[in-house]
Amino acid sequence: MTEPLATARTIAAKDLAVERRSRVVANQVLPFAGLVMVMFAFALDDDAIASRVAGGLVWLAALLALLVTVQRSFAVDAADGALEAIRAAGADMRGVFLGKVAALAVQLLVLEAVLVAAAIVLYRVSVRDPLLLVAVLVAATAGLAAVGCIYGGVVAGAGGRETLLPLLLMPVAAPVLIGATRATESAFASGGATPAEGWPWVGLLAAFAAVFLVAGAMSFAALVEE
Amino acid sequence: MADVVPGADLTPTRPRGVATRATRAIGALAAVLFAWVLVGGLWFTPAEKQQGESVRIMYVHVPSAWVAYLAFVVTAVASACYLLGRRRSLGFDRVAGASAEVGVLFMALALVTGSLWGHPTWGTFWVWDPRLTTTAFLFVTYVGYLAVRGTGATPEQRARRSAVLALLAVLEIPLVHFSVVLWRSLHQQASVLSPDGDVKMDGSMLTTLFVGVVAFTSLFAWLVVHRQRVQAMGDALAIRELDDAIAVRGVAG
Repeated sequence: MTEPLATARTIAAKDLAVERRSRVVANQVLPFAGLVMVMFAFALDDDAIASRVAGGLVWLAALLALLVTVQRSFAVDAADGALEAIRAAGADMRGVFLGKVAALAVQLLVLEAVLVAAAIVLYRVSVRDPLLLVAVLVAATAGLAAVGCIYGGVVAGAGGRETLLPLLLMPVAAPVLIGATRATESAFASGGATPAEGWPWVGLLAAFAAVFLVAGAMSFAALVEE
Repeated sequence: MADVVPGADLTPTRPRGVATRATRAIGALAAVLFAWVLVGGLWFTPAEKQQGESVRIMYVHVPSAWVAYLAFVVTAVASACYLLGRRRSLGFDRVAGASAEVGVLFMALALVTGSLWGHPTWGTFWVWDPRLTTTAFLFVTYVGYLAVRGTGATPEQRARRSAVLALLAVLEIPLVHFSVVLWRSLHQQASVLSPDGDVKMDGSMLTTLFVGVVAFTSLFAWLVVHRQRVQAMGDALAIRELDDAIAVRGVAG
């Protein structure tokens, strides 16, 4: 048994090193997320509507990117039973979970920053409250990364049935979509929303993240065991 | 297989179903009560003043929704019992799975009958009411739960993973409900005519509704008991096939 936090650091460094060398998220997921933002503009076909719903589109694109990124993160581990080997080697699975969450959160934050920039350029919104926006990004990302790793672990444990992931992950992520969308609209001040309305949603997002970080750390070992 | 389950006997010389005297009694009770609800709901209860004849959907809708929620409570409790029990009895897992299967069925029935009732009553098939939205999420979540139950090489793997998943759903559903409540409260209030609250029910309607709830609950119990016995037989069969395959390999090797 190793220290959970030391394990978390090692696993996070490992996942980020895999990404640094393969550049799958940077070269494939990031362009995909940007493409989704362009496609939304085609589907909505109206500048006023696009700028009104920009917050929701950012987070919908983030959810789609989350699905692909989680799949990628666990495909590497599920191949050759690497996750099972880490478990058998006596690694603290709470640490493994937190490490994967941390690495996923870093990648998501980069993706979301690009999505916000895309919204500013494509949908003509402006950031009225940068502090609120940063708080939303951090709180929502922590929650998304936590549930992403929980259900990514379920899919990895179930023999890599990737088609299960959207079905399991989307319903759980719904509160994040609702909360982050409203709070981001407040930060953009779109649709008459004010920054003051955004902060309670940040509280909801933080509570969501705390619940699923704890639940995931407790249950990860049982979920990934093949 | 340590668990002895009635009907889990796979001996081909004694062909029999998974029924016992108790389940036959529950089944007969359900059949009689369903006949009562059918006749009472269609003929012996009056139409409602505002809704007219469409109020009769209530005798199917309300008991379906009740059974659906009951099923998910049973799944959650059975999953917790599985994880907390020292022996990790697969019996709890089979009850959890059977209950979720039946629950998904009745949840679908509740959503469909609710839409059919909503159209004449509210003028729309769907409103973004927290209760409806949470119910839809509950449905999708348990469809996912059943999909995960279908994976796993051994019953023990299936049991552990799905029990954790069921408990995660218990965390998820209140969060979904709470966030939908907040979401709606910041927008225009959905002007929902609460169907259960506004119906002025006379005695015969209440009685029929109550009989409906008992009938659906008995059907639920009957289905779950049978389903988990069939699952026990399936598990026993899978283990026997595995043993046979190992034996054949041993002979061939």
